[in-house]
Amino acid sequence: MATDTHAHTGVDQHHADETTAELWQGGKEPFKISYGKLMMWYFLLSDAFTFAGFLIAYGALRFSMPTWPLPDVVFSTFPGGIHHAPLIFVTVMTFILILSSVTMVRAVQEGHRENKQGVVKWMFLTIIGGLMFLGCQAWEWTNLIAKENMTVSTNPFGTHITDGVYLNEDGTEAKNEKGEVDKFEAGHTYLIHKEHGEFHKRVFKITSGELSGQLAQESFGPKAFGGLFFFITGFHGFHVFSGVAFLTVIMLNAMSGLYAKRKNGYEMVEKIGLYWHFVDLVWVFVFLVFYLL
Amino acid sequence: MSSMSLEEGKKVVFKGMILLAIITLIEVFIALIGNGHIIHGFHLPKWIMYPAMIGFSLYKAYFIVYEFMHMRYEVRTLAMSVIMPMLLLVWAIIAFLDEGSYWKESRAGIELLNSKGYTKVMIPVEKHHEENASHEDNIPHEGEGGKSDVSPIDHGTDNKDAVQPEVEIKSEKDMHTEEKH
Repeated sequence: MATDTHAHTGVDQHHADETTAELWQGGKEPFKISYGKLMMWYFLLSDAFTFAGFLIAYGALRFSMPTWPLPDVVFSTFPGGIHHAPLIFVTVMTFILILSSVTMVRAVQEGHRENKQGVVKWMFLTIIGGLMFLGCQAWEWTNLIAKENMTVSTNPFGTHITDGVYLNEDGTEAKNEKGEVDKFEAGHTYLIHKEHGEFHKRVFKITSGELSGQLAQESFGPKAFGGLFFFITGFHGFHVFSGVAFLTVIMLNAMSGLYAKRKNGYEMVEKIGLYWHFVDLVWVFVFLVFYLL
Repeated sequence: MSSMSLEEGKKVVFKGMILLAIITLIEVFIALIGNGHIIHGFHLPKWIMYPAMIGFSLYKAYFIVYEFMHMRYEVRTLAMSVIMPMLLLVWAIIAFLDEGSYWKESRAGIELLNSKGYTKVMIPVEKHHEENASHEDNIPHEGEGGKSDVSPIDHGTDNKDAVQPEVEIKSEKDMHTEEKH
């Protein structure tokens, strides 16, 4: 489709609606789109089905559990030793991906103007954004695995189902870092820390409900958390990684003048742009389901 | 986008970036304020938080697909062939979030049946605030759903046929006061 370099305006849209019947009589392209772009759309649709399957599994499993670690407690760390910053780091990650989508749109716009330098510059910025996102995701994983000891079979984030107060070794009530009595309410999520390489499940006294007064111990949270988190964010991260790889290849191709020769408005850049926006779109929903809900 | 000059095109993109950033901030704000992180102890109910956050995310998705991916400028039939299945997927995700909750209720009911011998608690109509059975939640559970200590009661005869006093039947939903927020 060397001639059809420009997208259609709104006016053409109405015209296309009127002649829909004519479009499908044969001898024409009913969707007025190149083969490559159309197949990219349908590939993205199939990929959406894959991710939807994962998110459906997550949603069904999570809400069927009696308790689930609160995301704003689990994801409250920030690089630099900062704790108690709930959801801030993943919000930063979302912004990075949105910015990289914006730079991608600029690259496509420059491509329509056959501006090679502009295309390369904006694609380069998009790649940087993608790499920054991957770096952030790597930090998140390292923090969870190495510092907080989450694996696919062990979930050290549990949730209390009664009110209670933590006890010291000698049976007295423990104090938290502020010097107050270390008590909690039902629904409060906790992290079981490791001491000397072993999980240390803190003992507490129940202060509500039928078993009030009895002693109990922290227990692990639902096993499914680790597997679902690492698999789904890993799958998304893999898409980001492959997107960065493709973007690099296409940027190098653009630099070499390959697309300028084709005189099709740098359609290849547009196609990989679609893929990159899809990656951003998936993240919008992963972010929603995992961290906000 | 071809009908726009470059300057107009840049402006649209810039506006889009600001719009997406602001909506993201609003979503995160709702999540944080609803869980008590901004005003300590303040909680929003789920039926406000969830539809708001899902709605904003759907708007972001619409914006990314229509503006950034130029779907607005494609032939309408193509747009429908891609958008319709995606909308059904979103419906499926939301439906299965609800389905999971239903599984939890069913499981709680079965445990109640096995441990206490009934699936619903019966309360005499006169005394509205007294409960003659303990809450199911008071049975200590391990995080992964360990067994309760109460031995199963022999409930070989369902007392369906027995003469019932005037009772008010409460479902497990009302009994769950300690649900995670």
